Formats: sequence, C-alpha cells, structure tokens
Amino acid sequence: MFKSLKIRLAVTAVVCLAALYFLIPTFVSNIPSPLDQYLPKEKIHLGLDLQGGMHLLMEIDTDKALEAMMERTSNDLKESLMEGKVHFRNVEKTQGAAISLELTDSAGKSALEKVLKDQFPDLEISSSTPRDGGQLVTLKINNKRAVELKKLTVEHSVETIRNRVDQFGVAEPEIIQEGENRILIQLPGVKDPERAKNLIGKTALLEFKIVDEENSLDEALRGNIPEGDVIAYGTREDKSSGQRGQVPYLLKNKTLLTGASLETAKVQISDRFGEPHVSIKFNSQGAADFDRITNENVRKRLAIVLDGVVHSAPVIQERISGGQAQITGNFTMDEARDLAIVLRAGALPAPVNILEERTVGPSLGSDSIQQGILATIIGSLLVILFMVVYYRLCGAVADIALVINIILILAVLAAFRATLTLPGIAGMLLTVGVAVDANILIFERIREELRTGKTARLALDTGYDRAFITIIDTHITGIISALVLMFFGTGPIKGFAVTTIIGLIASLFTAIFITRVIFDYVTWNYNVKKLSI
Amino acid sequence: MSMELIKPGVNIDFVGKMKYAMILSAVLILIGIGAIIYHGGFNLGIDFAGGSIIQVKFSKNVSADQIRTSLQSTKLGNSTIQQFGNNEFLIRTHESFSDQKMLAANVEQPLTAAFNKDYEIRRVEVVGAKVSADFTRKAIIAVIFSWLAILIYVTWRFEFRYAAGGILALVHDTLIVIGSVAVMNMEFTINILAVLIFVIGFSINDTIVTLDRIREIVKRNPKQKLGDIINLAINETLSRTILTSLTVFFTVLALYIFGGPVIRDFAFAMLVGTVVGTYSTIYIACTSVLLFDNLQLAKVKRRK
Repeated sequence: MFKSLKIRLAVTAVVCLAALYFLIPTFVSNIPSPLDQYLPKEKIHLGLDLQGGMHLLMEIDTDKALEAMMERTSNDLKESLMEGKVHFRNVEKTQGAAISLELTDSAGKSALEKVLKDQFPDLEISSSTPRDGGQLVTLKINNKRAVELKKLTVEHSVETIRNRVDQFGVAEPEIIQEGENRILIQLPGVKDPERAKNLIGKTALLEFKIVDEENSLDEALRGNIPEGDVIAYGTREDKSSGQRGQVPYLLKNKTLLTGASLETAKVQISDRFGEPHVSIKFNSQGAADFDRITNENVRKRLAIVLDGVVHSAPVIQERISGGQAQITGNFTMDEARDLAIVLRAGALPAPVNILEERTVGPSLGSDSIQQGILATIIGSLLVILFMVVYYRLCGAVADIALVINIILILAVLAAFRATLTLPGIAGMLLTVGVAVDANILIFERIREELRTGKTARLALDTGYDRAFITIIDTHITGIISALVLMFFGTGPIKGFAVTTIIGLIASLFTAIFITRVIFDYVTWNYNVKKLSI
Repeated sequence: MSMELIKPGVNIDFVGKMKYAMILSAVLILIGIGAIIYHGGFNLGIDFAGGSIIQVKFSKNVSADQIRTSLQSTKLGNSTIQQFGNNEFLIRTHESFSDQKMLAANVEQPLTAAFNKDYEIRRVEVVGAKVSADFTRKAIIAVIFSWLAILIYVTWRFEFRYAAGGILALVHDTLIVIGSVAVMNMEFTINILAVLIFVIGFSINDTIVTLDRIREIVKRNPKQKLGDIINLAINETLSRTILTSLTVFFTVLALYIFGGPVIRDFAFAMLVGTVVGTYSTIYIACTSVLLFDNLQLAKVKRRK
C-alpha cells in the first residue's frame, strides 16, 4: 500500500490513538472539567439485553380509526341531510368503514349527491340499489383520502407516544415508525414495564357526556336502551371491604366535549383525604364550551368517561366558568401521574396492539455483561496464548494486532453510536478467532517459503503477498454473510452482525497492515537472519 | 525448531476416502432428520412460533414441579418449565400475553401465592403471530440469500465447479447444525439462525483457502491428475485449516462455558458449526470438485 515505513508507522499510530480517544468516555468515568470539553461524550451504547429495558413493537389499528371517523361522519351526515330536507331513514355505519342509508323518495339521490359534493367531498357512493320507490345507498370514503387518513393516524400516534414517553422520563428512548403502521419503541432501563406499557398503549380518549336520568337504567339494562343512549360502566370501591365493583350508567350517546379541548392536566392532592386527583384546564374554546354545557345542564349529572369507563358523574351544581375541572376516582399517586401525562399528551387517534415485547430486567442484563466479558477475556487469552506458543515471537506480533483489533471494534462502536448486544459480544469473540486466521495463513506461507531455503526477508515478503488475496476472499465472504444477517435480523442479532462486520474490516487492517509494519520495522532496523516463527 | 501440529510433507489420501465421508455425512444428516421427525417437527422458539417466555429467578431452592403446580389453574397450566441455571427457570407458553394484566394474573399472582416474594421476573418475551410469521419468512430468505450471495461470489472468483462444491458444503453444514439442534431438542430461535449464517460464512472461508491452493497447483502443474492436485492442496493447507478451526473453537468454547445461559444454545450450535465447517471443507467441498469434474468429463465422453 504505502512503501514508506515512516508513513505506515504514522498511519498505525494515528488509528490507534484515535481509537483510544473515542474509548476514553467508556473506560474513564470521571473526566475532570476542563478536559471533558475536548473529549467525546459517547460511551459504548449497550443494547436492551445488556442494560435492561423494554422493546415493544406495536401496531396501530388504522382501520379502527377510519371506522371511528365514519361513525362521526354518519352523525354529521344525518344532520346535514335533515337541514337539506332530504328524505331518508336508517343512517348507519356498517362493517368495513361504510355508511348505509335509505333514501325514501326518488329525487333523493341527486339531493344526496349535492350534499356530499358540498359538505362531504371525501365520501363517494359505492353502491345504490332501488328499494320501495327510493334507494338503498352505501357510502364509502374515497381511497386516496383513506390512505391519507391512515398515514396521518400513524404519524399522529407516533407523535403522541413520543410525547408520553418524554414526559414519563426515560433516558434515551427510541421511537421509530416501522413499515406502514408499526411503531418500534425501545425504553432502556425501564423499572416498571407494566406501567410503561399502560402509559404507551392507553387510548386516553376523555369524553364528557350527560347522564340520562329521564329514562330508567333498569329498563335499559334489560335490553331496552332508549334511542341515542348508551350504557357505560364505572368502578366503585367499597371503602369498608376494599372490593371493587362495577356500576352501570345510562348516558346520552352524544359527546359534549373531549380531551382534545384540554390545555393542561396535572396531579393535585385533595385537602380533605390526601387523595390524588387530576385537575384539568380547558383551552379557551374548551372553556367556553364547558361554560355553555354546564349552564344548559344544571342539576343534571355530567359523566367523565375515559376510554369508555366512567370515572365519575358529579351533579352540575351551577354553571362553571373558567374552564377548570377535576377527575377523581381512587387513584394511586402513580396512576394519577400517568393519567395526567396521557391527558397532556393527548389521545391516540387509534387503538394500538402489542405485536412483540421483550423485557429484560436490569439484573439479568448485568449478569449477561459480566459473563460476556468473562468469556471474551478467557477466549481471547486462549487464542493469544496459543499464538505465542505456536508461532513464538511472530505469534506475539499477531497478538498485538489482535488486541488492537478488539480496541478498534469497541472504538468504532463508540464513535458511531452502534449498539453492543450480548450476541454482539459473541460476535466480537468470534472475530478474535477468525482474525488470527489471517495471520495463521500468512505465517504458514512464510514457513513454507522458509522451508524452500529463502531468507527471512524474502520469505516474509512472499508470504504476505501470496496470502493477501486469499485473506481478502475469506474476509469478503464473512462480511457478505454478516450483511445478510444485518438486513434480516433484528435487535440483538443485528448487534452480532454489526460487530462481526466491524471486526472483519478492522482485522484486514490489523492482521495484514499492522503486523507487516512491525515485521518491516524490525527486519529493516535489525539485521534479522532467522525468524522466530 | 518450530512447533508443528501437522508435519510438512504430510500426505493423507483425502480423496480416496471420499466414499466414507459421504456415507458419514449422509448418516449425520439422516440422524438430524430422524430427530426432527422423532420430536414431531421443529422445536420452534417463540420468535418463529409465537408465544411467551418468562424467565424467573428464585432466591431459594425451588423445583420445576413446584412451579408447575403453582401455575396449574392459570392459563400457563400447560406451559413448559425448564431449569435455566441456578434456581432460575424459563416458563414457556404458546399464549402471547400482549396484555400485561394477563401476565400479572397468570404469573405474578400465582407465583406470589406459592413462593411469597422470593422471586424476580428477569425477562419477559412475547411474540405475536404476525411478528413470528414475519420472522419465519425473513429467516428462510436470509439463509437462501446467503447461500446465493456466496455462490455468486465464489463463482465470480473461481469457477462454477468450485463454487458448486462450496455451496454443497454449506448446505451440508446448515443441515447438520439444524440436525444437532434437533438432536439436543434445543429451541430453534433467531440466535440459531444467526449461527447458521455465521457458519455459512466461516465454512466457506476454509473452502476458499483450499480452492485457492488447488487453483495455484493447477497453474503450476496443469498435467497432474485433478485427484492428486486436490489431495496435495488439502494437505498443504491442512495445518492452517486445523489451526484456524482450533482458535475459533477455543473462543466458542469459552463462550459456551462462561457466556451464561442466555447465549449457551447459540454457543453450542456454533461449536457444532465450527467442527462441521472444517470437516466439510476437507471432505465435501474439495472432493466434490472432483465429482463435478468427473461428471463433466463423463458428459464430454458421451458426446464424443
């Protein structure tokens, strides 16, 4: 490569010093203050399997979001049709995000088309069949808009989850969209996975609805639910027995206000019992709406519903201005805190399902590190010892290259913020085994050349030259198979692929270039007649 | 005097023992297939089959039976319980608990009832059906893709008859490693997949070195019989082949003994792969070059 030994020595020195420079933060924990400005900050990043934490792959149910949107649209459509004096009956959201309705007179269709064109440009008539002089029409959202909506839903969900995780307080979380509707979430060092999952996965749709007290709850429970009403349940804790029971409520289906109108939410401790509750504050529009709603419904009960569960249903004593309200309901401090977080971050636009979860406790992680390091040290020592015993001084030169190889792998991991996993440690150890292969190839060649009676100098040169192309071949095939793993593997396995690739590339440098520099330096400066090989 | 494991000038007739080698390989592969059939198919880990793994460590002496009894009336009643180090157990089930509450009800509550708080849940892995189907598809693509990539590279660098021998050896190695996993009734996990692909890369390494030597000798003595050339090449590179395999074997052995239970299956499969990879280089890859050559010769003769 470079003929001049001086340049080659300089390259070696620069690479080794650069590697050590990037490793300082990993191995020196307290760097004094004037120095730390000049040093890198990044330690070697440990995978979740080594430091403990949670890996989640979630799927956003975008179809559900679409259906919910169609549900709302069908209500709006009903009102618009009434305003437009179109005769119809049975507007319904049907399976697969469609709306069906019956037009009762023959002129209905053109009237419907006009309403759609003016007010619902996203809807289109997917089928219409004549019935009783009118028509049975099915409406669908147009495809382009549906795709757009799903995309927005995913983006919004990722954003919301990111907000929640940020507020939950996890160091270095990773939240990445994967594919069309999946989110990959990595939370290093999470201590309470259950709580974290609850916080991330909760839809957190907050709704305010009026309790229907004109109709009989018992009658509704028997199956005769009045038009426009719905039954929802809340939990109640019996203070004396501590048992939780379910309480049914009959609610007006119409949602008066949602969590979207909130400005902020925070935990407060009530003065009387020291129980935590969540106090919410509406934004200006929300406050005006809340003012109006409470004014119109004085003496009625207002249900506060979260994800379909009634948290409380206090009686509205008087008109409430100022846009402040409270959510109470037997919270623990953590529950109240998490509820405040999800309310601040907003509701997820669609439900999420967990597809894959991997949680490693911190104690298992640190066990794995210790065992991994122990195996690496013992394995490397075995190889180092073997090389010295078998190849004497030349083996020692290969060992120097080997140690530099390990340092280079770690330095590249630190510098490029790659992640070290347990299989990654295994990959590093395997690279140690494979990296000396290059030197074994060279040394075996040199021995062959020496046997033919060549001088030490000539045998060295021929050995390196002849082995060179073979070494390139073996490294490239190794890198090819590791690349395949990198594209198809996930998490820890990707870590295995990454360290193997780095190790192989580093080994090309250390096993060929650095050992040659050492040999050339020694044979040129000292009159070496016989190689210790 | 330098230390020599293989004396120079050694001349073992590898090609002559080709028949026995092929029988041995066939037997090993059949044993693997037999083990798979005996166990009623692959013992797929949750990565590929879906399900949950819960790793629990107890702070006192506990037996797998005690754990089984404690989980009797839960959804984990049918789970497999496997000792995993000192007072540490893996509970496996085909249920995928995507809901943490289910985990609490089916694991934490019954365990607490039976063992107080003398345990720690150290790892929970849940893989749903969608993801496991994805992993399976990707795994098959990955293995075939790495065979193809290496076939292309070796064909480009050498000739097709060399490459074909190399690939035959890789398929051979893959089958035997899979077979050994089945014989030990270990789970086929993503880690094992990684081993397969690593072994593919490692095994072709040795093969390339020997093929390189075959080519070199062919250039030197074009008139020599191919069988003799192959024998000579294997003998000349034998020392290196065995030394390299030894160093890799040492490191993997260290991993197997000291690396901890999480990585033990991985290390075991790797040990098998190292040995098989070396064996296949000598007996399968190089000798099959001769086989392909004979086939080609036979064709040429028939045409004449």
